[in-house]
Amino acid sequence: MKLTLEFGGGLELLCDSVKIHHVSVEPQDGEQKLTMKHLLSWVRTNLIKERPEMFMKGDSVRPGVLVLVNDCDWELSGQLDTSLEDKDVVVFISTLHGG
Amino acid sequence: MEGETAKPAKGRVCTICNQRRAALKRPKTLEQICRECFYAVFEQEIHGVIVENQLFKPGERVAIGASGGKDSTVLAYVLSELNRRHNYGLDLFLLSVDEGITGYRDDSLETVKRNEIQYGLPLKVVSYKELYGWTMDEIVKLIGLKNNCTFCGVFRRQALDRGAALLKVDKLVTGHNADDIAETVLLNILRGDIARLSRCTSITTGEDGPIPRCKPFKYTYEKEIFTYAYFKRLDYFSTECIYSPNAYRGFAREFIKDLERIRPRAILDIIKSGEDFRISTSTKMPEQGNCERCGYISSQKWCKACVLLEGLNRGLPKLGIGRSRGVNNEPGKNTKQAKGVESIQSKQCGNLDF
Ligand SMILES: [Zn+2]
Ligand SMILES: [Zn+2]
Ligand SMILES: [Zn+2]
Repeated sequence: MKLTLEFGGGLELLCDSVKIHHVSVEPQDGEQKLTMKHLLSWVRTNLIKERPEMFMKGDSVRPGVLVLVNDCDWELSGQLDTSLEDKDVVVFISTLHGG
Repeated sequence: MEGETAKPAKGRVCTICNQRRAALKRPKTLEQICRECFYAVFEQEIHGVIVENQLFKPGERVAIGASGGKDSTVLAYVLSELNRRHNYGLDLFLLSVDEGITGYRDDSLETVKRNEIQYGLPLKVVSYKELYGWTMDEIVKLIGLKNNCTFCGVFRRQALDRGAALLKVDKLVTGHNADDIAETVLLNILRGDIARLSRCTSITTGEDGPIPRCKPFKYTYEKEIFTYAYFKRLDYFSTECIYSPNAYRGFAREFIKDLERIRPRAILDIIKSGEDFRISTSTKMPEQGNCERCGYISSQKWCKACVLLEGLNRGLPKLGIGRSRGVNNEPGKNTKQAKGVESIQSKQCGNLDF
């Protein structure tokens, strides 16, 4: 499915300084739905070019990274369990970089 | 603009208006609220802090320390909004410091210049070059990356005061937020600097100095400032300072974020702890006088900036850093007092948001 991923607050520096990525990601083998958990590991493998520890900690984002799915705080949709749909927009903003 | 990216509403309903779809979970209260209600409570809370602490008087001239970063951009936006809405009667200005960092400060200054037009606030820029004769680039070339944050911090503090004096303002407001203050409380504990521990939580500081400074975002979470800036599509600059930040502070920052994830209230509680340390008055704060060289407030013969400058100009850049022997170490002077200045800075140099 097609997704739009946006990186801000300095996170874009980890992926070739490109802020907006239009990507196509499929659910994990044997799964029906694409979850944020899988998307994060996909991003880490496919988009993050350097310092992945600035983006992730364990299997989630590093504390201090804001995540919005369709302009909605992912804490409302179940964080890693959030399931994604075609044409969803996912935004990652680091609050750890500069003000 | 706003709302365009959102797909059809799904998910929970706002617990304030019970109508629109919730867009965020407030870290402070764990309420799930919609975008419109968020704008309203966010602005109202800051208004409440301003009123309750009597931060301003009608007719005052107030400079907003503007770095182009998200804190000061949101502060400039919200303060000019509240000034109109609640008739504070303030004359607001943007005040920026140009440290002379190619590729970083010149870009963020462009953001501030756009903010000047967007918010209709007059902008004043003071530069290290014109005040001190040195840019940060030149200083780093001479001293390397090790102690550059000492220079950055000391010079910026004084530069803001000088800029504020040029603007003839009564007050200077900065964008320090709750996360920043919690971080500074922790750092002061880690340094054993109890005297500064309570002072760093004061909403207004420097009332004894040339220009009082206040922090209207003292209780405002960083997460909400980012979310506000993002939802409102405010124009801010977000790239790390190339003269990299202090690792110790970065560590404290990360620790705070870890705590916040487990228990968001931790940030407010740390600030509360800092405030409650006020009882310990046995640690004497140094007496304030004036620098013999430039007249800036100083507890020493020369102010910290003049000591650092003397070092730079004499080719002894280590002067004034750490336990140096310099002009201020005369017999009879309490050398312990000299270390104060850098710990007052409550944000890492790396992000240059004062
Ligand atoms: Zn609502
Ligand atoms: Zn610095
Ligand atoms: Zn001086």
